[in-house]
Order: sequence, then structure tokens, then C-alpha cells
Amino acid sequence: MSATQEERAPGMPRARLARAWLRYAVEPYLYLSPALLLICFVMLIPLAIGISYAFQSINLLRPFDAGFIGLENFEALAGDGRFWTALTNTFWWTFGSVTLQFLLGLGLALLLSTRFHGKRLVQALVFLPWAVPTFLTALTWSWLFNPVIGPLPHWAAAVGLLSEPYNILANPDTALWGPVLANVWYGVPFFAITLLAALQSIPSELYEAAEIDGASPWQCFTKITLPFLGPMIAITVMLRAIWIANFADLIFVMTGGGPANSTQILATYVFTTAFRKLDFGYASAIAVALLGVLMVYAVILLVVREKLVRV
Amino acid sequence: MAGMEMRALRKSYGGLEVLHDIDLTIDDGEFVVLVGPSGCGKSTLLRMIAGLEPITGGEFRIGGRRMNEVPPRDRDIAMVFQSYALYPHMSVGRNMGFSMEIRRRPAAERAGPVAAAARTLGLDRLLERFPKALSGGQRQRVAMGRAIVRDPQAFLFDEPLSNLDAALRVEMRLEIARLHQRLGTTTVYVTHDQVEAMTLADRIVVMNGGVIQQVGNPLELYDRPANRFVAQFIGSPTMNLLDLVADADGLRLGNGVRLLGPAPAAQLGIRPEHLAVVAPADGEITAQALVIERLGSDTNVFTEAEGIGPLLARVHGNVDLRPGDRLGLRLIRERIHLFDAAGRRLPPMH
Amino acid sequence: MAALRRTPPALVAGKYAAIAAYVAFALFPLYWLLKIALTPDTLIFSDGTALWPSELTLDNFRTVIFQSDFMAYFRNSVTVSLSTAAATTLIAAAAGYAFSRFTFRGKRWVVALMLLTQMFPLLMIIAPIYKLVAAIGLLNSLTSLIVVYTAFNIPFATFLMQSFFDGIPRDLEEAAMIDGCTRLQALRVVILPLTLPGLGATLGFVFTAAWSELLFALMLINSNDAMTFPVGLLTFVSKFSVDWGQMMAAGVLALVPSCLFFLFIQRYLVQGLTSGAVKG
Ligand SMILES: Nc1ncnc2c1ncn2[C@@H]1O[C@H](COP(=O)(O)OP(=O)(O)OP(=O)(O)O)[C@@H](O)[C@H]1O
Ligand SMILES: [Mg+2]
Repeated sequence: MSATQEERAPGMPRARLARAWLRYAVEPYLYLSPALLLICFVMLIPLAIGISYAFQSINLLRPFDAGFIGLENFEALAGDGRFWTALTNTFWWTFGSVTLQFLLGLGLALLLSTRFHGKRLVQALVFLPWAVPTFLTALTWSWLFNPVIGPLPHWAAAVGLLSEPYNILANPDTALWGPVLANVWYGVPFFAITLLAALQSIPSELYEAAEIDGASPWQCFTKITLPFLGPMIAITVMLRAIWIANFADLIFVMTGGGPANSTQILATYVFTTAFRKLDFGYASAIAVALLGVLMVYAVILLVVREKLVRV
Repeated sequence: MAGMEMRALRKSYGGLEVLHDIDLTIDDGEFVVLVGPSGCGKSTLLRMIAGLEPITGGEFRIGGRRMNEVPPRDRDIAMVFQSYALYPHMSVGRNMGFSMEIRRRPAAERAGPVAAAARTLGLDRLLERFPKALSGGQRQRVAMGRAIVRDPQAFLFDEPLSNLDAALRVEMRLEIARLHQRLGTTTVYVTHDQVEAMTLADRIVVMNGGVIQQVGNPLELYDRPANRFVAQFIGSPTMNLLDLVADADGLRLGNGVRLLGPAPAAQLGIRPEHLAVVAPADGEITAQALVIERLGSDTNVFTEAEGIGPLLARVHGNVDLRPGDRLGLRLIRERIHLFDAAGRRLPPMH
Repeated sequence: MAALRRTPPALVAGKYAAIAAYVAFALFPLYWLLKIALTPDTLIFSDGTALWPSELTLDNFRTVIFQSDFMAYFRNSVTVSLSTAAATTLIAAAAGYAFSRFTFRGKRWVVALMLLTQMFPLLMIIAPIYKLVAAIGLLNSLTSLIVVYTAFNIPFATFLMQSFFDGIPRDLEEAAMIDGCTRLQALRVVILPLTLPGLGATLGFVFTAAWSELLFALMLINSNDAMTFPVGLLTFVSKFSVDWGQMMAAGVLALVPSCLFFLFIQRYLVQGLTSGAVKG
């Protein structure tokens, strides 16, 4: 019996090898294919098309003007005052939101990493804003800023922040604060949760050792907590900034970019141009510009990351 | 039950070859233990036998049948994992009967073997429990029960006792030995633990860096290690190695003592238990005691030998020595091992 | 830590005050939403900015539920969100399994591709998607929303599912295969039961995300029949911007499913937010 097997052996392994190869090389792609197909057809191909739109004239209101126009959209962009305003606003919107979210989130995470009564309930309550749909966050906060039905203007006037209880969303000088505040409310849980997870990953022996060495709580924080969290904090903050720069919902619902363009960021400018004016070519040009800004930022981020990971 | 054959078996991950040309025949009913330092490829070899890792090259047979491309479920082998790998959502009884459940054997038919295995392992009262409610030793037994129930062609164990405490380890070791005597199933067993290897094995396979160094029964490995690596790996405490100097008249130790022996020898190995402790004047080697470890049954004497360096001697019972004392050491001639410059064993002296 | 160090009472009081402030900050906007929703229309202007309503009514809810289109919007949103969550979880589970259990050629590229989709502005594709959907005649259909949302959520959900699979020891699956299972059987009998919580959490995360998506829904839907809740509410707000009570009652309704799912996925928030890395 072994003899006949011996004789057949030369031919068999190849077929078997092919089957084995199939098992190990193709099987994972079988599981991945629905995900990859959807991502390709709904995200990557439209992305390529979207970039090509930036070099075309595509306005649904003027359907007969369509065609490639080279860099005309970008030339228009360079001379578009709203674009430059939006670029500055994008910076302030992102910077303001991230900074406040991070500081408040860090405070909350530190509080939640201590022991106190009713912690589970408190944790559920303070994380709740994360679950509130963004459009509802936006509406709720614009109502809170409305002097007719919201208390905020009255309180602000009472403590002297405002001269009289008016709607800050209607004043170009103050309007950006509205969405930023709503964004902070919505985003603090995200930072608190990620930072809390990081805090809990610090081995408690480290603190015990430091305490035996006579470190005060403040020294523990600056000498152990911060160095430990440092790289993780930096990466989270930088990634979060990209997400917030792209986050148009709050501003679109609360102010629509107004008044007088004072809250327009690049993301909302893309959306309003596409949605209201149906000018897809110009909207795509703005989007490509936004992508460019983000890519420059991402390169900086990668360099910084390299540095941090080395440490 | 069946024997196994490995012919020029190789394994690579990407470009990195971790097992090189493994040739090994395991007889029907044999208990073979794989030992070697961490990372030498023991688990990898075991997983290739199980069918969990694809075989890169060579041929593997069980009972004469080529197995290279046969999936694990068709190899008719059972495996006990280091982590036990008990299904956490199934009761002990269901865990043990799972292989039959998968083969669609009716529940009535499954009960018998499960009960029998549970009786053997003392698990009768735990059949309804879930794994998380078991102690480490009990989990280990369930993992073994799951293998026994199968009545497979071969058992594979990957460091099955390493998560247990010392006392339980001894107990389970005996249990495994008894089981093998009773069932006589071909077994491949991976371990770090020398005592496990020496006590359980019919034959031990010593591996290093993905290469088999020596295959043999425990006493062969102890008495006639094929090379310096095996010599140092088997036996505890580790064998002493002394450099030899060759001159016109033959071989010399570092302190000048002459030895008869084959000229190409570069090193001499002597196990601590084969160094006799004598009065300073009677020794071939004079040394100073540094640390004395008294184990009760034995005493380890760590010394610094003149012209030679550190030497460890192991004495039966107790000796009257203190750190700093001078003593003499004698090599028991018939227990000396000689190695050439490449570390290979040379024929003994005389 | 600091078990033996006595904390000064002032610090303890400060800590509890800070906790109370955070809770108040988190809950106040939601309280206000509920308060105005429960205030009778006639009292809104006199009571509008008082902390407590002087009278409570369910009229606003009654109007919203029985005399407006909100129930239809609600149904649309539930359909879209549930279908998206189910489809995404299924597809992402398969992909996450591949990431967790196989090393294969091109894996790094696939992972990089998925990360990329999380970084570029989604708004870049709003115009092409509109044209594509219009071209196949699916504007104003919930199907197009489901497909689009599913694709958007797959990368994040895949990483999440991968982290759940990574938590299940490989040994279990291998033990099952040695016990006689094919890979698919091992998946069904051993892995699936153990990953049910993970599937549930993923379902919850995706549901929450789909439930609150606004901009693509605005773009792709403008017929009243197919509006999702956010689009409907926004249309209502721009049309009847003084029906405060009703708007807020509708808002409270929109909050209910999110809160339910939030309770459900609370335990997995850490895993969800850290594995998605950039998902908000
Ligand atoms: N999936 C893998 N990819 C690349 N290399 C691997 C992989 N698995 C194992 N190796 C390498 O193969 C070698 C052998 O590993 P193996 O697990 O067989 O060692 P071992 O002898 O069982 O060690 P230990 O005693 O620590 O369990 C190691 O050097 C390891 O780094
Ligand atoms: Mg191993």
C-alpha cells in the first residue's frame, strides 16, 4: 500500500499545494471582500471622482456649462474672501474646540480615576452627551443661546459677560463661541474616556513606589502620569483635531456659517456650496483645499509621532 | 494508534526559517518529549504535527499516511494546550464531549465515554460546572479529559503543566505517566522542565535553534550527550566545562594536571555529582569554597578552583565546609566527557 | 493609591464640587430640552427662561406624535439605522475576523486603506455620491442611505470587531479544529457565542452613528416620505421656527433611542473609542 502511494506522490503534492495556498492566501480576502467592495465603491471611487470634480465646472443649476476647466476653480478660490475667512475660522474652531475638550476631558478623567460614592452613575451621566445625536446637540444649544427660551444670555448678562441678553449666535464677533461650546459639551466625554483608559493602564505599582519614595500627589502627576500619557495624549489630540476640522454638522445647524460668514469653516463651506448652490465643481475645489491642509497637518503629525515613539 | 514519521520537515515564516530539516520517527505507542530552550521551535513542530501550522517543506506521515495537507480535524489527534483552551461557554461535560458532538454522535452515545474519562480523572462531580468555576488543576484535568474521550491516534501536549504550582505539577505528572501506561497512545509532549522530560519520556528529543541536537532515552542523554549543548542542557545543576590545553605530551587542565585522552579534545565536561570533594592535599584540583547550598539530601559546593575558575561540586548528604575553606576535588575518570573545538562529543578516555 | 495619606477635607469638598459641576454641565442642556417640551405653549414666553416650569403638559408630545409626520420620520430613521447597524456588523465581523486571525499578503495595505477612509473629509464625496445615486435613480430612497452609511461605518466597526476577536484566545479555535470542526464550524459553535457582546456593542455604536447622521441625508433625501428624523426635524425647525414646545418634544423623542443604545454600549465605550482611534 505504501508502494502505490509512493508512486502517486509526485503528481499529488502540486494539486494539494494549490489547495493549501488557496486556503492560506485567499481565505482572508474572502472574509474581507464585502467590506473592501463597499469601501471601494462608496468611498474610494467617489473620492477619486470628487477630486476630478475640482477641475470641472459642474453646477446642477447650469447643466450645460459642464466640462473640464483646469485650475479655474482654484483661481477663483484664491480670490475668494470667504475661503480665506473660512480657513482662519477652521483654525480657530479646531484649536478652540480641541483645547477646551482636552483640558475639561483630562480633568474629568482624573476625577473619575479617583474613588468616590456613586461613581458608576456619575460616569454614565457625564458620558451621556457623547450619545446625543449631533443635530440634536446643535439644536439644543442654539435654543439655549436664544434669549426667548434659553437661560444662557440672561445668565451671561447677569454676570456681566454680555451688556444685555442677546443671542451670541447673531453677533459676528461672538458667534463662533456658540458652536465651540456645543462641541465642547459633545466632545468632553470622548477625551475623558480615552484618557481614563490610558490612566488605568498605568501600573499602580509605579504610584506605590513613588509614594514610598516620598512623592507628593502633584509630583506623582507630573513625574509619572504625564510622561506616561504624553505620547498617547499627543496622538489622540492630533487625530481628534483632524476629525473636528471635518466636523460640519454643529455649525451648519446652529448658524449655517453666518452671520456674515463669521462661523463659516471649510467643511461647512463645502457643504453649503454643494447643498445650497449645487455648485459641485467649486465645492470639490474647496474640499481638495481642505484635504491639502489636512495632509500638510498629517505630515507634521507623522514627524512628531516618530519623535514621540522613539522616546 | 499509530506511529509518525517526519522527513526533512521545514518551516519558515516569511523568509525566516525556524525549523531546519527535522528527521524523526516516532514509534507506535511511544512517549516522546521535546525539550529545548525558549524559541527553539518546539511548539511550532508540535503545531505542525497537529495541522495548525502549514508545513513549508518535507513530509509528515501518521500511520504511513501523508498528512501535510490534511486539516487538523481529519488527523485524529488530540491536543492539550498550555492555556487549556476550555470552551468558556460550555459545561465541563460538554467540553469533554464536544468532539463527539461535532461528529454528530447522539447524546446517549456521548455520555458513556465522557463519564468514563471523568471517573478516571476524578471529575465526576464537576461535569455540570463551567470552566471559570474550576481551579487550575481541575481545568488541567478537563483539558486532558477532552483528549482522552477522543481515543485518538496520538496525544499532543504543549507545556501542559507549566501553569500549575509545584505540588500539583508532580501529581499531574504521575497522572500523565499512569495514563500513558494504561492507554498506550502515541504521545508527543513539549516541556521546559527537565524532570518532566526525564521521568515521562521513552525518548527525549533535544532541540536548539530549529535543529534536532540528539534523540535518545533519558539515560543515554545523561550518560552520552552528543555535544556540548545537550551535555549542558540535560542534567541539573549544569555540567562543569573545563578548557583543556594540548601540548607535546597530551592534554593538561588549566592547573597543570595531566590527562590521557584523544588529542583533539578542547574541553572537558564533568557533572557536579561526579566531582569528589576530598581533603586539600588529596585533590587533583585545589579550590576555595565560595557558597554552600544545603538541600538536605544533597549539598552544592560552589568553588573557585586554582588555575581553572568556578567549579560546582554536588555531594550526597552533608559536608563539613564553610565559605572560605580550602578543599580538594577529584574527577571521577569514567564520568568525564570530552568535546572537540566544535563542541562534538569525543570517545571517552582510556 | 494614597490609602494612608489623609486628604484635607477642603480638597474632598472641592472634588465633589467639581464632579457636581461636570454632571450639571452634562445634564443641563438635556434638562432644558425636556423642560420646554413639557411647558404649555401659552406659558413659554412668561416661563421661558425660568429654571422650573410652573405647569406641566404632555400636549406637545401628543401633537408631535399624532398630528405631525414625525412618527413617519422616526420609522424611517429606525429602518435606516437598524439596517445599517445589522449590515455593518455582519460585514465588519467578517473583516475583523480576517484581521484578527490571519496574516496575509497585503494586510498592511488593507489596514492603511481603512485608516485612510477615516482621515479624509467625508464631505469630499458628498457631490460624487449625489450624482452616482441620482444616476441609478435611488435619490429619496432609504436604500441609498443604508448603503452609504454602511460603507462609512465599516472601517471603524472592523477595527472594533477585531479588538473583540483579539480578546478570544486563538487556542480555543484551534482546540475546536482539533476536536473536529471546520473553520466555519469553529466560528459558529465556539467563537460566535463568545463574541456576542462584541457584536452587540458594534451594533450599538453603528446604530448611534447612523441615527445622528445629517448632512448626507439632507443631500440625498428631500421628499417628505423618505425623510429621516434629523432631516425632518431640521425642515420643521426652518418652517415653524416658533413652535418651541413641539420642536423640543420631537427632540426628546429623537433622544430616546440614542439613550437606550447608550445604556447598552456603555461598558464598551473605552474599547469602541480607542479602537476606532479617530471616531467621535
Ligand atoms: N507567527 C510567527 N511568525 C514569525 N515567527 C514566529 C511565529 N511563530 C513563532 N515564530 C518564531 O519561531 C520560533 C520558534 O517558536 P516556538 O513557539 O516554536 O518556540 P518554542 O520552542 O515553543 O518556545 P517556548 O519554549 O518559549 O514556547 C521562534 O523564534 C519564534 O520567534
Ligand atoms: Mg512554546
